[in-house]
Amino acid sequence: MILLILLGVPLVAAAALGFIGDRRLAPEINIIGSAATCAAGFDLAFQVYEHGPMMAGGKFFFVDAFNVYLAVLTSFVSMTTAVFSRRYMRREREHGRVGHVGMRFYHAMFQLFIFAMLLCLLTNNIGVLWIAMELATLSTVLLVSLYRTPTAIEAAWKYFILCGVGISLALFGTVLLYFAAEKVLGEGGDALLWTNLSQVTGQLEPTVLSLAFVFLMVGYGTKVGLVPLHNWLPDAHSEGPTPISAVLSGLLLNIALYALVRCKVLVDGSTHTHHAGNIMMGFGLLSILVAAFSLLRQKDIKRMFSYSSIEHMGIATFAFGLGGPIATFGALLHMLVHSLAKSAIFFTVGHASQMHRTQEMDKIQGLIRGNPLVGWGLMFGVMAIVGMPPFGIFTSEFLILTATIKDAPLMTPFLLLGLGVAFAALFRKVQPMVAGEVPSNQRSMKVSHLPVLFHMLLVLVVGLYLPDFLSRWFHTAVEVLK
Amino acid sequence: MDLQTAAQINSFLAAFVLLTAFGMLAQKRISSLIHLFAWQGFLLSVNTAIVGYLANKHHLYISSVLTLSLKVVLLPYILHVLVVRLKIRREVETLVNIPMTMLIGLALVIFSYHLTAPVRELSTLITRSTLAIALATVMIGLLMMITRKHAVTQIIGFLALENGLFFAATSATYGMPLVVELGVALDVLIAAFIFGIFFFHIHTTFDSLNVEQMARLKEED
Repeated sequence: MILLILLGVPLVAAAALGFIGDRRLAPEINIIGSAATCAAGFDLAFQVYEHGPMMAGGKFFFVDAFNVYLAVLTSFVSMTTAVFSRRYMRREREHGRVGHVGMRFYHAMFQLFIFAMLLCLLTNNIGVLWIAMELATLSTVLLVSLYRTPTAIEAAWKYFILCGVGISLALFGTVLLYFAAEKVLGEGGDALLWTNLSQVTGQLEPTVLSLAFVFLMVGYGTKVGLVPLHNWLPDAHSEGPTPISAVLSGLLLNIALYALVRCKVLVDGSTHTHHAGNIMMGFGLLSILVAAFSLLRQKDIKRMFSYSSIEHMGIATFAFGLGGPIATFGALLHMLVHSLAKSAIFFTVGHASQMHRTQEMDKIQGLIRGNPLVGWGLMFGVMAIVGMPPFGIFTSEFLILTATIKDAPLMTPFLLLGLGVAFAALFRKVQPMVAGEVPSNQRSMKVSHLPVLFHMLLVLVVGLYLPDFLSRWFHTAVEVLK
Repeated sequence: MDLQTAAQINSFLAAFVLLTAFGMLAQKRISSLIHLFAWQGFLLSVNTAIVGYLANKHHLYISSVLTLSLKVVLLPYILHVLVVRLKIRREVETLVNIPMTMLIGLALVIFSYHLTAPVRELSTLITRSTLAIALATVMIGLLMMITRKHAVTQIIGFLALENGLFFAATSATYGMPLVVELGVALDVLIAAFIFGIFFFHIHTTFDSLNVEQMARLKEED
C-alpha cells in the first residue's frame, strides 16, 4: 500500500503538472508532491526497519535495507531540490532563459524522473530495473537541453546517444542473465526476480554470468559515469538547469551504481571468484585518478563539480569492488553523504552563478561578502566533499582507505594520490571564488537557504556521530551484499 | 512445419537480418537506410512469430505484432516524416570509408561468434546458433553510430542496435518475459518522440543535422 503511494504520487504529480503547466502554483504543487513522496519514503523505511525486508505486488516489488535507504535518500533530496528550484527556476524564467513550454515540461519531467528512480530502486525484477533506468535517462534528456543553447543541445545529444548505447549493452547483459537463470528457475517472469535469483546464485552457470557482467558493467558503468565511459557526464551535468544537475549528480549516479551492485552480488555468488570485484576496482580507481587530474583544468564551476561526482562515484565503485564488511559499509555511507553534500554544493553553485550570471569561475568572486550564506555554504560544502573532518565524507573515505590498506595495499598509494589531488584542486579553485571583494558584476538576491543548511547539517551529523539506527541499517545492508 | 524446417527458416531469416545490417553500413542515402531498417524489423517480426510457433510460446506472438507495428510501421514513418520536413536528402561524408567499415563489420561478426561460443554450447534451444548474429547486429549498429556524422543516421544505428537486442532475446531465451518486452517497447517509443524533438532543435540551432558541428564542449587547455 505504502509502495503504491510512494510510486503513485510522483506519477500523478507528473500528470497534474503537465496539465497545469506554467501557472502560478506549479512550483508549490511540485514541492507538495515531492514532500508527500518523501513522507511515504520515510514511512516505508520505518516499516522495513520494524519488520524486516518485505515484498509486495505479487513479488513485483522487493524492499530490503539496501534499497530502502536509497529510496529515502532519493525522495528526500528530490524534495529539497523542489524547494530550491521554486525560486531558482522562477528567476531563470525572469531572465528569459526558459519559456512557457519549458516550465511546464520542467515540472512534469522532474516528477516523472523521481518516479523512474524510485521504480528502479523498488522493483524486484531485473528487467524492469533496466526499463526504469532507461526511463530515468529519457525523462532528463530534454531537461538537459532546456535552455536550447547550442552547448545545451550538444550536451543533451551526447547524453542521449552515449547513455542510450551504454544502457543497451546492459540489456544484453540482462538477456544473458535471464538465459542462465531460466535453466535453473524455469521460464517466465519469475526467473528475473532478484529474490529468486539471489537464492540460486550457486547454480547459475559461471561462464555465462561472467560474460553477462562485462556487459552489465559497461552498460550501467556508463550511467555511473566511470572512466573511460564518462564523456557525457560533465556536459550533461553542467549544461542543464542547476536543480537538474543536483539530482543527476546526487541521485541518478547512485541508482546506476545500485543496479550494478545488485548484479555483482549475483555474479559473485555464481563464479565464486573476485573477478567482478576486480573489474569494479579497476574502473573505480581509474575514475578517481582521471577525474582528480581533470579537476585541475576546469574553468566552468558546474563542470568542475561534475568531475568531482565522477571521482566520488569512482570511490564508491572501488569500495564495492573491494568487498568485505568495512569497505561495503564505507561505500554505502559514501553514497549517502556524497549525495547530500553534492546536491547542497549544486544549490549554492546555482545561486552563485545566478548572482554573477555566469558559470565561469574566473568571474565569480567575493561570495562570502556578497552573500554569506552562499559563500560559506560553498566553502563548507567543498570542505565536506574533499573529505575534511568532521564531515561525513571523511568517515566514509577513512573506512574505505582502512579497508584498502588491509585488503589491497598496492592500491593505497593510487587512492591517496587521487584524493590528494582532488583536495588540492578543489580548494585552489574555490578559495578565490568565496574570498575577496564583491565584484561589480555581482547582484544581490534572495536565496533559498533551507535546502543547503539541511543537507550540510545532515552531513555534519553523520560525520560526528553515526546514529545507531543508521549503522544497524548499514550492517543489515552489508549482510545482503555479502 | 517440423522442427528441422523451422530451424532452417530461423537461420535463413537470421542471415537476412545480418544482410540488412551490412546493407545499412554500406548505404549512404537516408531514405534507403530507413527502408532497410523497416525490412530488418519485418524480418525480426516474422522470425519472432516462427519461434513463437515453434516453441509454443504465445507471448512471442504479442512481441511479434508489437515489433511489426512499432519497428516496421511507426518508427520508419516518423523518420520518414522528419526527413521530408527537414528536407534531408543525402548523408554527409562518413568518417571511415565504406569498404573499411564493411571489413570492420566482418571482424565484428567473427568476434561475436567467438564471444557467444560458451553460451551456444550450453543452450539447448534450436535458435541458439542465431545468438551470434544478434550480437553482431548489435555491434554493427554501434559501429554505424560511431562512423556516421549525421544525427538521423546515428539514430537509425541506435534503432538497429535495439533490433539486435530484441533478436538476441528471442534467440537466447525465446524472448524476455512479457512485462519486460512491453517496457522496452515503451522506452523505444518515448525515445522516438525525444529524437524527433531533438532533430528540430538541432536543425534550428545548427542549421543542419551534421553532428560534427557539435564540438563546443571540450576540455580547454
